[in-house]
Amino acid sequence: CMQLLVHSVSVDLNNDASLVIDIPDALCERDKVKFTVHTKTTLSSFQKPEYSVQRQHEDFIWLHDTIVETEEYAGLIIPPAPPKPDFEGPREKMHKLGEGESSMTKEEYAKMKQELEAEYLAVFKKTVQVHEVFLQRLSSHPMFRKDRNFQIFLEYDQDLTVRRKNAKEMFGGFFKNMVKSADEVLISGVKEVDEFFEQEKNFLLDYSSKIKDATAKAEKMTRSHKNVADDYNHISGALNNIAADNNTAFKKHLEKCAEVFEKLRKVEDRMASDQELKLTELLRYYTRDIQAAKDLLYRRARALADYENSNKALDKARLKGKDVAQAEENQKQCLQKFDKLSESGKKELTSFKARRVVAFRKNLIEMTELEIKHAKNSVSLLQGSIEVLKSN
Amino acid sequence: ERPKNGCPPTFTIQPDRTGEDLQGGMAEDPQIQTHGCIRSKGGDGMNAYMAYKVSTQTSLTMFHSKTFTVRRRFSDFLGLYEKLSEKHLQNGYIVPPPPEKSILGMTKVKVGKEDPSSAEFVERRRAALERYLQRVVSHPSLLQDPDVREFLEKEELPRAVSTQALSGAGFLKMLNKATDAVSKMTIKMNEQDVWFDEKIQDVENEEQHMRKLHVMVESLVNHRKELSGNTAVFAKSVAMLGSSEDNTALSRALSQLAEVEDRIEQLHQEQAANDFFTFSELLADYIRLLGAVKGCFDQRMKAWQRWQDAENMLQKKREVEAKLLWANKPDKLQQAKDEIAEWEAKVTQYEREFERISATVRKEVIRFDKEKARDFKRQIIKYLESLLNSQQQLIKYWEAFLPEAKAIA
Repeated sequence: CMQLLVHSVSVDLNNDASLVIDIPDALCERDKVKFTVHTKTTLSSFQKPEYSVQRQHEDFIWLHDTIVETEEYAGLIIPPAPPKPDFEGPREKMHKLGEGESSMTKEEYAKMKQELEAEYLAVFKKTVQVHEVFLQRLSSHPMFRKDRNFQIFLEYDQDLTVRRKNAKEMFGGFFKNMVKSADEVLISGVKEVDEFFEQEKNFLLDYSSKIKDATAKAEKMTRSHKNVADDYNHISGALNNIAADNNTAFKKHLEKCAEVFEKLRKVEDRMASDQELKLTELLRYYTRDIQAAKDLLYRRARALADYENSNKALDKARLKGKDVAQAEENQKQCLQKFDKLSESGKKELTSFKARRVVAFRKNLIEMTELEIKHAKNSVSLLQGSIEVLKSN
Repeated sequence: ERPKNGCPPTFTIQPDRTGEDLQGGMAEDPQIQTHGCIRSKGGDGMNAYMAYKVSTQTSLTMFHSKTFTVRRRFSDFLGLYEKLSEKHLQNGYIVPPPPEKSILGMTKVKVGKEDPSSAEFVERRRAALERYLQRVVSHPSLLQDPDVREFLEKEELPRAVSTQALSGAGFLKMLNKATDAVSKMTIKMNEQDVWFDEKIQDVENEEQHMRKLHVMVESLVNHRKELSGNTAVFAKSVAMLGSSEDNTALSRALSQLAEVEDRIEQLHQEQAANDFFTFSELLADYIRLLGAVKGCFDQRMKAWQRWQDAENMLQKKREVEAKLLWANKPDKLQQAKDEIAEWEAKVTQYEREFERISATVRKEVIRFDKEKARDFKRQIIKYLESLLNSQQQLIKYWEAFLPEAKAIA
C-alpha cells in the first residue's frame, strides 16, 4: 500500500520536553494501518530516553477504554478515542479503477490513479493527525501521563494484541456502557446549586448541537470542493483528446488549456484537503471532545444522584435503627466522591475552554495561511498561462 | 436593462465588447447586441411571448444608419435561419444553426414563474441569440443576404409561421438522417476527394470529443453550484456556532469566518455562471456548428449524386439511341437525339455545380477552422481571466480574515 511521512500537527500539546510523543510515519498494509509511535522522555519512570513502537488502531482503542474504565479518572475529561481509519472512499475508487481499466485510455487511467493517490493521502493525513493528538492529550495531562497502561502502550516493544484480549476479560465493559451514553435528561434534570456547573451545562448542551451541525456542513462543503477538483481533472483529459487529433493553432490553445486545468486541479485539491484537515477535522475533533466533557458532567450528575440516594438511605436506616454505621459510611463516601468530581471537574472544564480556544486559533490561522498560499499559486499559474496564450 | 412587465430579471453577464480585439485587430463590424426582454402586452400564460431587443452598431454603408434597434421574437430568429438555409445550404455554405427550442424552459417563463432557473433560462437564450446573430453577420456571404439586413433593420417583420418543425434540434435530426444515407454511397477517389474524406472524419471525431468535453463542463457547472450552496449553508452554521461560543474573541472570529464564507459563496456562484456562459455554451455552440459543417459535406454529396445520376441517365439515353439505330426506327431517333443533348447539357451543368460546391465547401471549412481557433482562444482567455479574478478575490478575503484569527486570545 503506502507509506507516509507526516509532519506533526499538534494542538500545542507537545511543549513539555519531559515527554514528547509524535507519529512520524505510518504504513498501510492491506486494510491495516500501522502507526509508528515515537517517544522522547526525560522521566525516570520510563526504561529508555527514546524509542519507537508499532501500534495499530485497536491498540489506541484499548488504551482509551482502559482509561475510561479507571475509577480514578472519573473527574477528568477523557480524551476522545480516535476514529477508525476510513479508507472507504479511496477503496471504492480503486474498485472502479480496476473494473474500468480495460475501457479507459491510458491517459484516463493515469488521471484516475492520480485522483486515487490524492484521496489516499488525504485520509492518511487525517488519521495520523487524530491518533497523534490523542496520545499528545494524554502525555500533556498531569494524571494521564503517569498511567501505567499508557506507559506500556508507549514502551512495550511487542505486539499488544495479547494484552488487549486480557483487558477485555477483566473489565467486562460495564462502566463503559454507563459512561458512553451521556444521558442529557439526567444532566439537565439535576438541581444545580453551583453556578459554574450550571453555566457549563447550558453552554455544553447548546454548543454540542451547534458544533455537530457545523461539522456536517463542513464535510458537505469539502466534498463539493473535491468534486470540482475532479472535474478539472476530467476536463484536462478531454481537452487533450481533442488536441491530439488536431494539427493547427487550435491544438496549441487546447493543450495549453488542458495543462492549466491539470495544474489547477492539484491546487484545488490541496485547498480542499487543507480546509478539511484544518477546519473540518478541528470541528470533528471538538465535537468529540465536547462529548467527553458532557460525559464528565454526566458522571458528576450520577455521583450527585448517588449522594442524594445515600442521604435517603441514611434517614431510613436511622428511622429503622438498623445498619446506621454502614449507611453513614456510604453517605460519607458518596459525598467524598461527589466533591472530588466537582473539584477536579471544575479544573478540567476550565482548562478545556482554554485548550479549545488555543486549538481554534492555531488551526484557523494555519488554514487561512494555506488558503492564501494556494490561491497565490493559482494566480501565478493563471497569469502565466494567459500571457502565453495572448502572445501566441 | 431593467426588467418590465413581470419579466424575470436578467443576469449581468454582458459579452466583452471592447473596441479592439485582443490582438489589436479590427473589432467585429457589424456588432450585435441582444439585450432586454419584454413580455408581450396583456400576455399571460401560454399566449405570452418574449421579445428581445436587437441592437446593431456598424459603419457599413449598406445599412441605413450607424446604430439601430429592433424587437424580435424567438420564432423570428428561427424564421431567419429557415430562409438562409433554404437559399444557401445547397451551395455548400455553413449556415449557423439557431439556439435550441426548449418547451419546458419557456413554459416556466411564460407562466410567470419568477425563480432563478427561469431567469437563468432567459439569460441563456438571450446570450445564445446574440452569439447566433454575430456568427451570421461575420459570414461575408450571409451578410450580403437581404433577409439578414431586413432582420436587423426592419421595424416589423411578418411573423414566421412554419418554424414549428425547423428548430435547431429538428434540423440536426434531418441532417443526421442525411449523413447516414451519404455514408452508404461510394465515392470516386481522386485527390480532391481524399481531402474531403479526411476532413469529414476529422469533423466527426472532433464532434465526439467535444460532446464528451461538454458533458464534463456541465458536471463542473453543477458541482460548482453545489459548492456554492454548501458554502452558504456552512456559513450559517458557523455563525450559529460563533453566537454559541462563550469566549468573546473566538466568537467574534467565528462570525467573521461566517462572513468570509458568505463572500466565497458569492464567488463560487459567479464562477459557475462563467463556467457556463464562457465555456459550456461555447462547446454547445460548436457541437451544433460541427453538425452544420457535416451538413454542407452532405450537400456536396447530393450534388455529386445528382451529377452521377445524370451521367447514368445520359448513358441510358445513348443505349436507347444505339438500339433505335440498329432497329432502324428513324422517327423515334430524333427524339432520342434530343434527349441525349438534354442530358449532355445536364451532365455539364451538374459537373460544374459539383465543382463549384466543392470549392465553396473547402473555402468554408478553412474559414470555419480559422474562426474556431480564434473563438476558442478568445473564450479560453476570457475564462481563465474569470478564474484569475476569482482567485485574487479569494486572497483578499482570506488576508482580511487572518488578523481576526490572530486576534483570538
